[in-house]
Amino acid sequence: MAGITIDRIEKRFGAVAALRELSLEVADGEFIALLGPSGCGKTTLLRIIAGLEQQTAGRIRIGGRDVSALPPRERGLAMVFQNYAVFPHMTVYENVAFGLRMKGASDADVKTQVERASGLLHIEPYLERYPAKLSGGQRQRVAVARALAVQPAVLLMDEPLSNLDALLRLEMRSELKSVLAASGATTVYVTHDQTEAMGLADRVAVMHEGVIEQIDRPQALYERPATRFVGGFVGSPPMNFIDMPVSGGAARLGAFSSPVAAGDGLVTAGIRAEDIAISDSGGLPFDVVVCEPLGATLLLTGRIEGQLARVAARPDARVRPGDRLSLSPALDRIVWIDPQSGRSLGASPGAAA
Amino acid sequence: MTGAPVSRRLRGLVFWSGIAMLCVWVLAPIYLIALGAFGGRAGVFRWPKSLMPWDTTLAAMQAFLAVDGVWAAALNGALVAGLTMLFSLLLGAPAGYALARYAFAGQSAFRMLVVLTRAFPLAILALPLTVTFIRVGLYDTAVGVALVHTALALPFAALVSSSLFMGIPRELEEAAWVFGCTGFQAFRKIVLPLALPGLAAAAIFAFVISWNEVFAASVLTVRNKTLTAYLLTVLAESPLHFRFAGGFLLILPSVVFMFAVRKYLFAMWGVANR
Ligand SMILES: Nc1ncnc2c1ncn2[C@@H]1O[C@H](COP(=O)(O)OP(=O)(O)OP(=O)(O)O)[C@@H](O)[C@H]1O
Ligand SMILES: [Mg+2]
Repeated sequence: MAGITIDRIEKRFGAVAALRELSLEVADGEFIALLGPSGCGKTTLLRIIAGLEQQTAGRIRIGGRDVSALPPRERGLAMVFQNYAVFPHMTVYENVAFGLRMKGASDADVKTQVERASGLLHIEPYLERYPAKLSGGQRQRVAVARALAVQPAVLLMDEPLSNLDALLRLEMRSELKSVLAASGATTVYVTHDQTEAMGLADRVAVMHEGVIEQIDRPQALYERPATRFVGGFVGSPPMNFIDMPVSGGAARLGAFSSPVAAGDGLVTAGIRAEDIAISDSGGLPFDVVVCEPLGATLLLTGRIEGQLARVAARPDARVRPGDRLSLSPALDRIVWIDPQSGRSLGASPGAAA
Repeated sequence: MTGAPVSRRLRGLVFWSGIAMLCVWVLAPIYLIALGAFGGRAGVFRWPKSLMPWDTTLAAMQAFLAVDGVWAAALNGALVAGLTMLFSLLLGAPAGYALARYAFAGQSAFRMLVVLTRAFPLAILALPLTVTFIRVGLYDTAVGVALVHTALALPFAALVSSSLFMGIPRELEEAAWVFGCTGFQAFRKIVLPLALPGLAAAAIFAFVISWNEVFAASVLTVRNKTLTAYLLTVLAESPLHFRFAGGFLLILPSVVFMFAVRKYLFAMWGVANR
């Protein structure tokens, strides 16, 4: 049993507030990804969980035990560092065995665990080599094997794939997923790569300027962003945000209209590029500026009454720059956002209808 | 089209002539001293000098080694140098580690101060030091001389080891902590082995600084002189080939010592794991 409870953690570096009253609950065996732009505090949070950084306020509990004041070695966790931090003066075998040896495991135990971990990550051929003679991807595997060898209840990873090339990253990603699922460790995985976060994690926590904006399953995060920031950060291309005037419980723009649970004034419609159908008349007026054939789709960039928008059209659509199209978004998939607070208004009435 | 090969050849030329210069710079004086030491009385006074090692003789060397007190002085010198090495590493390495790993107020001032100790002229310190050493019983002892030599070698040891520790990624230590090490264990198992080559270099310099230092060693001792200080008094009234023999003997231990630790100097693990 090793759930993690992060209770109103705060961290300041002098005047900079890196984390502000951040709370997070990770269930035993769950895989959580911390996703966010550079400088939002992901690494800081991970290091506080590990005990490598001291929080300014708040508490950390692992498996019900308050570890807030314990040194890293007493927190019962393992970590994979962004630059691997594989010990250069030890063979791969000794690297993987390091945590076990520190625990005082017998030679026989060390041997079985090292063999198991290195088998999982396919590094048996290199066990006698020194890390200097390994490629980046191989070193990365050694770092993961070293962490898995101690059979940790909690596993922390800080952008472990960021130093790999695109192909290797994809390969390691699927491999990691199966290896980690088998290990059963509670995992916190830091990344700024959304496909990595969405592909790997049970739940994704989107961070922004030291707070968690939303935490949810990847699909829910994509379909129902809680804030404008999340909608813009998750998904490629980012969600379209179109401001529309509201009167009498309906948002209207051009020939488009939709019921909305907002008072008179302005509302922002968050619309995914692929939730838009192209028609000849009615709907939102869209002036095409750029067409990008992406293979699976034809990505159109243009303007709706002066507001930037992107539409994923079918690859065989005949559209040229300068065309004026009319767009019909799927009403039940629109996310209505309060333009002042940037928060979503909850399920749109269109979905209920 | 021929630009690249020509510039490469030029670079090779510069590279090798640089190497040759360095070799001549270091080896020529040593060779000349060796020639004088083994050339015998005749060899030293022959003119024009022969640069070839003909008719060598061990006579001067043997006579020199038979001089009263040379062996004792050599042993004493080695003891002082060894102590200096030990003290400057024991004090300098932790100071360097602190400089490298912790941000504390007045850090750059501390760095400056460490170097400034070298700016203090030993000549001014000599008299008060002598008086103090006599009072506390360190006068004419190896430990006393080693302490002064440590003061000379320490700035170097501290600054070298600080840049050494800076070159070892902090994540390596943090990984060790996460995987069960205390701070000291992480230092011993991870940082120290990685820093060993550099520390060996710092140790050599401490040894050599002490071995070659003559002023403090002369002033602070009477009977327990280091070889350098002893030779200074003896050689002043010796014939020329004797002096060469003495000079050669002075060089020898440093060279031998460097050879002994060269394995650590070059045993680089490729600390950079990027
Ligand atoms: N040791 C430090 N001293 C001062 N400020 C720091 C320190 N470490 C982090 N910060 C600040 O805290 C904030 C969060 O940093 P953090 O490293 O957690 O970001 P991150 O989300 O991991 O970013 P990235 O994706 O670039 O790694 C940043 O504004 C950073 O400048
Ligand atoms: Mg980071």
